[in-house]
Amino acid sequence: MAATEVVEAARAGGTAPRRRRWSPAPRRTPYAFMVPATVLFTAVFLVPLGYTVYLSTQKTQIQGLGLGRGARRQVFTGFGDYTGVLHDSEFWHSVLRALLYGCVLIPVMLGLAALFALILDAQRVRFQRFGRIAIFLPYAVPTLIGSILWGMMYLPSVSPFVSVMHTLFGTTSVNFFGAHAVYLSIANIGVWGGTGFNMMVLYTALRSLPQEVYEAARIDGSGEFQIAWRIKLPMIRPSVIMTAIFSTIATLQVFNEPYTIHTMSAGAVSSTWTPLMTIYHDTYTGDDVFAGSAESIVIAVLMFLVSIAVLRLTNRQTFGGESQ
Amino acid sequence: MKLSRAVTTAACGLAALALAAGCSSSGGSAPASSGANQKVDLTFWSWVPNMDRIVAAWNQAHPDIQVTFTKAAGGDAELTKLLTSGKAKTMPDIAQVEYQSLPTMVSNNYLADISKYVDGVRSDYPDGLWNQVTLGTGAVYGVPQDAAPLAFFYRTDLFKKYNLTPPATWAQYQSEAGQLHRANPSVYLGDTATTDGGLFSGLTQQAGAKWWSAKGDSWTVGIDSPASRKVASYWGALVKQGAVDNKTAWTADWSKALDNGTYLSWIAAVWAPGTLASEAADTSGKWAMAALPQWNAGDQVTGSWGGSATSVTADSKHPQQAAQFITWLNHESQGTDLLVTDGSVYPASLAAESGSALAVPSFVSGQSDFYTQAKQYSKEAATATWGPDVNVAYSAFSDAFGAAATNKGDFLAALATVQQKVVADMRTNGFTVSGG
Repeated sequence: MAATEVVEAARAGGTAPRRRRWSPAPRRTPYAFMVPATVLFTAVFLVPLGYTVYLSTQKTQIQGLGLGRGARRQVFTGFGDYTGVLHDSEFWHSVLRALLYGCVLIPVMLGLAALFALILDAQRVRFQRFGRIAIFLPYAVPTLIGSILWGMMYLPSVSPFVSVMHTLFGTTSVNFFGAHAVYLSIANIGVWGGTGFNMMVLYTALRSLPQEVYEAARIDGSGEFQIAWRIKLPMIRPSVIMTAIFSTIATLQVFNEPYTIHTMSAGAVSSTWTPLMTIYHDTYTGDDVFAGSAESIVIAVLMFLVSIAVLRLTNRQTFGGESQ
Repeated sequence: MKLSRAVTTAACGLAALALAAGCSSSGGSAPASSGANQKVDLTFWSWVPNMDRIVAAWNQAHPDIQVTFTKAAGGDAELTKLLTSGKAKTMPDIAQVEYQSLPTMVSNNYLADISKYVDGVRSDYPDGLWNQVTLGTGAVYGVPQDAAPLAFFYRTDLFKKYNLTPPATWAQYQSEAGQLHRANPSVYLGDTATTDGGLFSGLTQQAGAKWWSAKGDSWTVGIDSPASRKVASYWGALVKQGAVDNKTAWTADWSKALDNGTYLSWIAAVWAPGTLASEAADTSGKWAMAALPQWNAGDQVTGSWGGSATSVTADSKHPQQAAQFITWLNHESQGTDLLVTDGSVYPASLAAESGSALAVPSFVSGQSDFYTQAKQYSKEAATATWGPDVNVAYSAFSDAFGAAATNKGDFLAALATVQQKVVADMRTNGFTVSGG
C-alpha cells in the first residue's frame, strides 16, 4: 500500500510526497470511528424497529378450531392491524387517560422542580447539600419499588393515611382508588419519583448562569424573588423546554406506576389503562404480537407528533417573551 | 503510527460488534440432538415449591437423563414467558402448564403430543382431568399433576365464637353472611369471591356453566350463560347488601383481613392450606374444610380452581426422555410422594391419592379426614372446558368485576362485558365463533 503511494507520488512529480502520503488516512478514519455508533444504532434501534414494522403487517390465520399442527399460520395483512388499532376505542381511551394523567403530572412536577431548584440556588439557604440529595433520592428508587410502596400506603387496611384520618376525624372514607382520585394517586407517585431528576437538570442550568447578571440586578434594586422570576427562569428556558419534552414522552409511556396499582385494584385501574399497558395486554395476555406491534408504531408516531407540538408551543412562547 | 490508528479503530469496531452481539444473544439454547445411549440434558420450568429437591432426587437416580430446573413465579407469569420463548423457539423441554392454559399452548402449536410415550398411565387419572390434557382429541399434551376441586374453608375458632355452622347451601350462606355482618359490623363471612376469574369460573362450573365449547369448526362462548348469570347476580346481591366484603383478592389488604380474622371463611380449592401459610401465616391450625355450599340441598357438585399438568414442549429434542421424567414425577410413587411431601401438591394420580405420603397439612391440623374429603370433592368436580384465550377472559374478568365489586355496581353488565371481550378477541385472532 505504502509502496503504491510512493510510486504514485513519484509519478506526480515528487513535489508533494508528504501531503499525498497522508491523504488516505482522513478519508478512511472517520468511517472507522463511526463504526461503533453505526453498528449499535443498527443493532439496537433500526433492526428492532424494522422487525416491529414487519410484524405490524402480519396476522394469524386459523384453520378450524385452531388446535393441532398447522392450524395456525402467519399471513400478510397489509394495513389490517392498523385499521384495527384506529377502530379500537379501548386503545384511544387509554391514550386519553395517559394525556389526562400528564395534565395532572407535568405542571405539578415541573412547577415543584423549578421551585426547589430556585430555592436551592438562592443565597443564604441552609442545608443545601442535604436538600439537594433528599429531593433527588426518590429518583434513585426504581419506579416499580416506589409504586409498590405508595400502593401499600393507598390500600385502606394497611394505609397510614387512612389510620391517621381515622384517629383524627373518625372517618375511614378516604378512597385513593376512586374513579377520579386514582389519577391523583398515580400522578403523586410520578411527582414523587420525577421531581428530583427535573430539579437537578434545572439546578445545573441555574448554576451555569453568569453571576454578574444577578449583581447588576441587585444594584438596580431587585429582590431575590424578582431575580428568580425575571432573570433566572427566562435564562434557563431551554432546560425547562427539555424537561417538558422528556416529561411528555414519559407520560405517554407510563407503565410501572399504573400497572402496580392495577395489580392492587383492577377495578380502579384496568389492564388497558395506559397505551403501554394496552400494548402489553394485547401482546402477552391476548397473545397477539401483531396487534401489539401496530399499536407500538402508532404510539411512537403519536409521541413524535406530541413532542414536536410541545417544542413548537414552547418555542413560540420563547420568541414571544423575547420580543416584549 | 498510521497502522496503529487503524488497528485501534478496528479494535473499537470489533468491541462494539461484540457488545451488540452480547446484547442480542440471550436465553437458553436447546441441547444438541444425540444418540439413544448418550446422556441427555433437559430443562424444566415449574412453580411448585421445593421442586428443585424433587428434581435432584430424579437426577441422582437417572444419570443419563439430567434435568435442569428453573423456578417460575406462578402460572400466569410462566405462561407469558412460554408464549414469548415459544416465538423464539427457546422453550424449555418440560413445562408446568395450568389446565386452562393448555388450549392456548396447543393452539400455538407449542406442545408436543406424547401419546405414544405415556400409554400406560391413562387409568391412573380421573376422566375429567384426562380430558383436559387431551382436549378431547386423540393426542396427549401432558400428564395431570394436581387436582384442584373447590371447597369451603372456615375458621373453626371463629365459627364457634359466632355460633355458626358451615353452610350447606348458597341460600344458607347468604343468610349467615347477612346476619353475621349486621350483628358484628367488623367481621364478614367472606370476601366477594368475584375478583379472581379462576375462582369465579369454578363457581359457575358448579352451577353448570361451560365457558367454552367446540362444535365442528367453530367455538361457542358461554361466559354470559344462564348458569353464570345465576352466580353473578347471587354475589352481586351479597356485595350490594354489604353482606360480604368487596376487597380485591390477593392484595396486602385482603391478606390482612384473612390473617386477622376479619374473614371467617374462604372459598378456595384444596390447595388452600399451602396458600394460607403465606397469605395468613398467623392462623395455622385454626382452619377446617367443608364441602362447597350447594345450589340445591342434597346435591354434591363442585367446580375447580386451577390445577395443572406437566407437558413436553414442541421445542424439545428429546420428547421421549422428557415424557419419561413427567411420568416419574406425576405417576410413579417416588415422584408423587415427593410432590406431596415437598411440593404440597394435591396429586391428580388416583394411586397417589390413597398413597402413604399424605399427611394432614398443618393449617387444617384438626381435620384428620382432610384427604378423604379432598378425594371425594375431586370426584364431584364438574368437568371444565377451556378455550384458546382463557387468560384474556380472566384479565377482562378482573377489570370488569373488580370495578363492579368496588363500586357495588351491576354484576350482570360486567359478565356481559367479559363475554363480549372474549368473543371480540377470538374473532380478532381469527377463530370462528358462533353466536355472540
